[in-house]
Amino acid sequence: MTRDRRLSWINGLLLPLFNVLTAFLATGIVFLLIGVDPIEATKILIYGALGYDEGLGYTLYYATNFVFTGLAVAVAFHAGLFNIGGEGQAYVGGLGIALVALYINPALSAWIVIPLAISGGLLFGALWAIIPAYLQAYRGSHIVITTIMFNFLASALMVYMLVHVLREVGNMTPESTNFPDVVWLPFVHDVFAGFGYNIAKSPLNLSILVALFFSFLVWFFLWHTRWGFAIRATGKSNDAAIYGGINPKKIIIVTMCISGALAGLVGVNELIGVQHRLFLNFNYGYGFGGIAVALMGRNHPVGILIAAFLFGILYQGGAELDFELQNVSRDIVVVMQGLVILFCGGLEYLYRPVLMRFLAPIEASE
Amino acid sequence: MDQSNIAIELIDVDKHFGAVYANDKVNLSVKTGTIHGIVGENGAGKSTLMSILYGFYQADSGRIKVFDKDFISTNSRQSIEAGIGMVHQHFMLVENFTVLENVILGSEDGALISESLDKARIELTRLAQEYGLEVELDVAVEELSVGMQQRVEILKGLYKGAKVLILDEPTGVLTPQESDELFRIFEALKKQGVTIILITHKLREIMSITDYVSVMRAGKMVAHRQTSETNPEELAELMIGRKVLLNIVRTEAKSGDPLLVANNLEIHNEQGIKRVSEVSFEARSGEILGIAGVTGNGQGTLLKALAGILPLSKGSIEILGETISPKRPLNPQELRNLGVAHVPEDRQRMGIISDFSASESALLGYQNDKEINQGVWLKRSLVKANCESIMEAFDVRPTNPDLKSSNFSGGNQQKLILAREFERDPEVLIIGQPTRGIDIGAIEFIRKRIIKMRDAGKAIILISVELEEIMSISDRIIVMCDGEITGTVDAAKADEATLGMMMANALPSDKKITEAQL
Repeated sequence: MTRDRRLSWINGLLLPLFNVLTAFLATGIVFLLIGVDPIEATKILIYGALGYDEGLGYTLYYATNFVFTGLAVAVAFHAGLFNIGGEGQAYVGGLGIALVALYINPALSAWIVIPLAISGGLLFGALWAIIPAYLQAYRGSHIVITTIMFNFLASALMVYMLVHVLREVGNMTPESTNFPDVVWLPFVHDVFAGFGYNIAKSPLNLSILVALFFSFLVWFFLWHTRWGFAIRATGKSNDAAIYGGINPKKIIIVTMCISGALAGLVGVNELIGVQHRLFLNFNYGYGFGGIAVALMGRNHPVGILIAAFLFGILYQGGAELDFELQNVSRDIVVVMQGLVILFCGGLEYLYRPVLMRFLAPIEASE
Repeated sequence: MDQSNIAIELIDVDKHFGAVYANDKVNLSVKTGTIHGIVGENGAGKSTLMSILYGFYQADSGRIKVFDKDFISTNSRQSIEAGIGMVHQHFMLVENFTVLENVILGSEDGALISESLDKARIELTRLAQEYGLEVELDVAVEELSVGMQQRVEILKGLYKGAKVLILDEPTGVLTPQESDELFRIFEALKKQGVTIILITHKLREIMSITDYVSVMRAGKMVAHRQTSETNPEELAELMIGRKVLLNIVRTEAKSGDPLLVANNLEIHNEQGIKRVSEVSFEARSGEILGIAGVTGNGQGTLLKALAGILPLSKGSIEILGETISPKRPLNPQELRNLGVAHVPEDRQRMGIISDFSASESALLGYQNDKEINQGVWLKRSLVKANCESIMEAFDVRPTNPDLKSSNFSGGNQQKLILAREFERDPEVLIIGQPTRGIDIGAIEFIRKRIIKMRDAGKAIILISVELEEIMSISDRIIVMCDGEITGTVDAAKADEATLGMMMANALPSDKKITEAQL
């Protein structure tokens, strides 16, 4: 094994693994402090997330959202952009999906309506990212600041839309009418039932296939197309990109559009997959969770799938903990998420010196 | 009580990284109050050796004595205490701090910064007088020239009580005048009993300034010489282990039609400052046009404009049938498609992408080529195969397209860039600093390749800070000073003195006209 290969194993696998384990260890200490047996809690969490059909369904359903936002953050990151606006882009993307779902002719085939609804999400997500991208590329306003501000703008816009435009007359809650059946993505349990297998009901729907499809697409796009090359080149070295005939300003615009579009897909899972209507804060927390997922998954689609699954476990298992244990609230998930970000992001290379020291004698013996 | 006059003594120092011996039983003794040169190709182990002295690395075995005391350093602080100061190739200065603040950085005593500053001011004034190292103390470092910044680094070392100063490639970033100034400082330091270790691969510097010289090759110390008893040819041979041709034999140029004609160019740099004005010249096929000048006199800006990176403010460039003007700019991509290759001045930041694999760095600028793209699909296997073949053609080592670009030595990185630009058979080549900071073996190889392209009928524009390089491979030389052309000379008739005068724009005006008409 060459030194390079070994280093990539350390950086790609061992470090993230140790980091996640450390985060869990720290969570264990938090449990001890609040008087909960960490082993007991772990059992509940794992069982709740993976132990039975319904739990697993919920886990995968949460994970689907994290895949979309994780990919969004990762794509931007490869161009050297830190897109904090996944939250807002997911929200406005949902508006795009809802508009298609509400105003399309329900007599059309699902094979036309659903792709159109997905395109609506992609388009609106991209539109919500294009203004910060333009401001970064041509006016020098920092993308972190503008995307954060656009999250707030998105909230305000959506409240206005839901209260004044999309709310059904006479309805007391700010939400849209139900989407026509034709735009509903089938639930996985229904699909299984169609083949004669009965599994427990859960919100898991075919969006998970959409998530897998886009993970593949992002991987192919970034590493196997000339545009992906241009994006990565710009992210690594602006000067070299210009030298190579790449226009970094255009790259910023294009990349942010792709990033926003991916975040806009959260609504596919939440709106046409599960809730079948547009409502307030359906996107809550997934945009920011996506940052952690991308960090943990090292901005690679495979890593993101794994990290999103882990976050799905935390979300579902956390809900189970809240339900089972008296002195644990669902916010424990936020604590765990924070610890994961701390150890995977902030202290990314914590164990590197130790691992390198461990590696030294192996290298010397070669 | 000096029993001996040896400042630093290394006995059988070993240091290896994995299976690679960076230093293999190295012995060295440096006499107090002398200037001791250490030469060797890139990767010969010079920098590792000095890093051991400065406490960045620990030797695996062997003994080190500093002023006759056994010395083991695990961090730079211990080395500083032992009296060793180091001036790195890339300066370790806080750009927006003043000179004074930079000097006390790391040796502030007490909680209040003003006390340290006052103390340092007195001490620095003394040092400046003693060694002739005048620097304005209250100016931010970013406002100083590179030469001045280097003085600050030297002052930093002296302020911390260094009796031995190690300088790593100190003239790499300096103009010839600044280098001369630096050598004058060396002499002054030597007179005051400071020992100087000079790491370089420029043999001319070794010959002109050092008292002793040690040669390293492949981690081993291969020879120690008294400078007065050796010559550049012998040192070059010791460095690379065989005889080298420092003067490349070449045939007469068969120059043909002009392929690039620049008319009255005016160019502003990235910051919008006018760097080039009223520049006109032509580059003909089968000819190398050298552009000489002290760094920062507009050559770099001109190069970027010719490559399409910077727009023109005035004038026009006719190039292979197209005309570039302020109203009709061409971007680097369009110029490449036209047949213009560009080897950038800044290898690390523009030429390659350090984090990318060699095959991806070898793709930069050509990512849209039809041969490697099938629809949307960029065929990586072709990219890799292509990289492998150009690596073989240009003897890039190791021949591994998957290796990270930053893991290649400077010479091999440069060869990879040249391979990328040369192998697509361009008509016009714009080459900046082809051999800066790389070892002699690679220099010879690269210069030969450039001449080969010339003989194949390409028009070549060469910019270099090495006057020797310009003189030895160009056919025609234009000299720039302050953004304008101050002379055009036939290379065969050029001499260093005249070029030097032109570079300083100090030639009597009537002579300037005659030279320009050549």
